[in-house]
Amino acid sequence: MKIVVNGEEFESKDGLTISELLVEQEVKMPDMVSVELNGEILKRSVFETASLNEGDKVEFLYFMGGGQWD
Amino acid sequence: MSQLVVGKEILEQMIAQAKVAEPIEACGILAGNAGRVEKFYEMTNVDKSSTHFTMEPSEQFSVMKDARANGLELLAIYHSHPLTPARPSQEDIRYALTPGATYVILSLKDDEPVIKGFTIENGTATEVPVEVAEE
Repeated sequence: MKIVVNGEEFESKDGLTISELLVEQEVKMPDMVSVELNGEILKRSVFETASLNEGDKVEFLYFMGGGQWD
Repeated sequence: MSQLVVGKEILEQMIAQAKVAEPIEACGILAGNAGRVEKFYEMTNVDKSSTHFTMEPSEQFSVMKDARANGLELLAIYHSHPLTPARPSQEDIRYALTPGATYVILSLKDDEPVIKGFTIENGTATEVPVEVAEE
């Protein structure tokens, strides 16, 4: 099936989960990633179970934060 | 990235945002191409803290989509240090997770703002020259 990840089209197996997608995308720290599926931000607790369908649009990005000199 | 080029106008926008936010840390995303910043996105620091910043994911997604729609890439993740030097803290290093990004810090500690850029990989920060270009 075809899915769109961060604006790029990818061919993937049917039923790919978000967790599997993040592995495919070589995301090293999935706990520090936010994922949006078809415009809705997903809770991390569903990454293992939420599966993708043909034409789904997925966006993911890393936590962006930090602090001052310590 | 060998250097980051920031136009004077964008730098002035960053400084203005940081001064308005002071003593809270300001933050933003710099997008462009080939190391030249074309657009500065002011972001909300949801921590509202003088020592920490966290961007809001929904705002991050909006910015990434807007940048892509305009043919721009994420070049740098920026935040201010209202009270301390323009050097990455241990927390900055720990949370430098976005591949390929330069981490820009604007310090307001001294009379004149100081801007510096860093790449951060495997826990090591390496300074990247930030060139301020006349438009």
